[in-house]
Amino acid sequence: MTQTITEKILAKAAGKDEVRPNENIWVMANILLTHDVCGPGTIEVFKREFGADAKVWDHEKVIIIPDHYIFTKDEKAQRNVNSLRTFVKEQGLKWFYDPGTPQYKGVCHVALPQEGHVRPGEVIFGTDSHTCTHGALGAFATGIGNTDAGFVMGTGKLLIKVPQTLRFNLNGKLPDYITGKDIILRIIGDIGVDGANYCAMEFCGEAIQQLSVEERMTICNMAIEAGGKNGIIEPDNKTIEYVKSKTQKPFSVITGDSNAKVAREYNYDVSSFLPCVAEPHLPSKYATAGSRQDIKLDRAYIGSCTGGKISDFIMAAKILNGRKVRIDTFLVPATVEVENGLKTEKIGGKSLVDIFADAGCFEIAPPSCAACLGGPIDTFGRTSGKEVVISTTNRNFVGRMGSKDAPIYLASPLTAAASAIEGKITDPRKYM
Amino acid sequence: MDDSKGIITGTVYVLDNNIDTDLIIPACYLNLVPTIPEEYRKLGSYALSGLPSSYPRFIKEGQSVSEYSIIVAGKNFGCGSSREHAVTALAAAGIKAVIAESYARIFFRNAVATGELYPMESEQVLVDSFKMGMQAEINVSAGTVTNLSENSVFKLKPLGAVGPVVEAGGIFGYARSTGMIRKK
Ligand code: SF4
Repeated sequence: MTQTITEKILAKAAGKDEVRPNENIWVMANILLTHDVCGPGTIEVFKREFGADAKVWDHEKVIIIPDHYIFTKDEKAQRNVNSLRTFVKEQGLKWFYDPGTPQYKGVCHVALPQEGHVRPGEVIFGTDSHTCTHGALGAFATGIGNTDAGFVMGTGKLLIKVPQTLRFNLNGKLPDYITGKDIILRIIGDIGVDGANYCAMEFCGEAIQQLSVEERMTICNMAIEAGGKNGIIEPDNKTIEYVKSKTQKPFSVITGDSNAKVAREYNYDVSSFLPCVAEPHLPSKYATAGSRQDIKLDRAYIGSCTGGKISDFIMAAKILNGRKVRIDTFLVPATVEVENGLKTEKIGGKSLVDIFADAGCFEIAPPSCAACLGGPIDTFGRTSGKEVVISTTNRNFVGRMGSKDAPIYLASPLTAAASAIEGKITDPRKYM
Repeated sequence: MDDSKGIITGTVYVLDNNIDTDLIIPACYLNLVPTIPEEYRKLGSYALSGLPSSYPRFIKEGQSVSEYSIIVAGKNFGCGSSREHAVTALAAAGIKAVIAESYARIFFRNAVATGELYPMESEQVLVDSFKMGMQAEINVSAGTVTNLSENSVFKLKPLGAVGPVVEAGGIFGYARSTGMIRKK
């Protein structure tokens, strides 16, 4: 029987030779990821069900990366991080990226691969819907709730349904103005916010091969915005090089059979793609940037797991170099490594930090999720009124960045930066 | 599940397509931990507070639970985040069942795994057949919902493979009943 990459990874994790779509199977996890918003509840479920003195199934495989509510005076948020600290001590967990210490990283989905925890062929469960990001490295990765995560914490296993696969063939030469964000917004625009519900979204083709690992992460990150269970890209040399530069741990690459049966196939020629936005209030509300030049903006936001990586800031800096922003522009690096990269990466001898400062952006915030999900009232960049925002984040739901009255346009870092210069939605080609 | 006979009767709150988790429980309340009883109740009091003001209030001013106990919704209910707080908040506010045309995967899964509420799927579009505040009765085993205010009956899809998990009260009950993990 031929199988897709997703089926093969799940079969291996279930100790079987093969699995079929819609089959319910118990799979072993390689990693359980949690953070400050869902970690405390997960821990309580674990203790309630397995006992106050129970030990997690593997102290090297539960990875805790606080990132959501870090730089806030909110007492409950601080209490939640403290409860993680207590648990890590009790359990002797090996991987904990504690805020306020040199171990702190920032946004979990950028930190996880950066720290070498994502390896091809493995199974990753995380208490965050964007856990699907990690399929970009050829792993099966999906988001789960606290109760399921409590179960994994105690047993290392979870009962899941094997997803059907939707295959997206992205062919053609990738123009330099088209980013991972433009590709995924186009796809979600076509299939809708539930177009991949319960399915694996497999991305392949020569355009995917042209993309960096970070850009592939942007694509897989937003599989959930089409309802996908996981996004996945077969590992190639770029993937293997990336993973080897992050970890010494061995891994075995799993690839799918090229003739494996999939539920549906979609073919795209990316050379025809245009820079785009997703209009309020759904990621599926696709429009080309050029067709929305009449939309005036109050704010640009560059950050999050999907748009706050170093490659995202390099793209924005290329546009902003030697120019001025006309609206409030917020920059939030996803992780400490990205934050450092802003100082060391240079364009024409000038650091990104200096480029952004000279362009008139606000001072760069410390790494965290920040206003990507609104958060407590004192969150950096949180909307509070009717601000019209262009953002490199992944969700534009009503109220997502704080205020219910603040509409959000999702875009690539190129489009967000060009729009910041003009104070209205702008096609970045004008500045390239 | 608190109703062993699988009969759920109550007042209906009607919602559109694509009700996302930020509408169900806005992110500013995610500092609350669902397993702490006091915070569980608080989450309930904020349920659906992200909805635009075009909807009638889900929870009356000064109350902490809702007068509604059944939600009838369109497609892709619960899309967005994996926050189990969404299921918890609805349950804590008094919702016993949601009937939607379809669900976003993680919300459905969380409803099943926690056993906090019945995630039922309708065979047809129901959002036009129920008006806000009407009375309904769900019969889970028969797979029907009756509009008591208009005396009409609609079919629900069977729970299928997750049925036994729901019946066992969630993933832990199910895993214990099948010997996957030790009995408590
Ligand atoms: S950056 Fe935004 S989308 Fe990413 S994990 Fe944080 S809150 Fe979620």
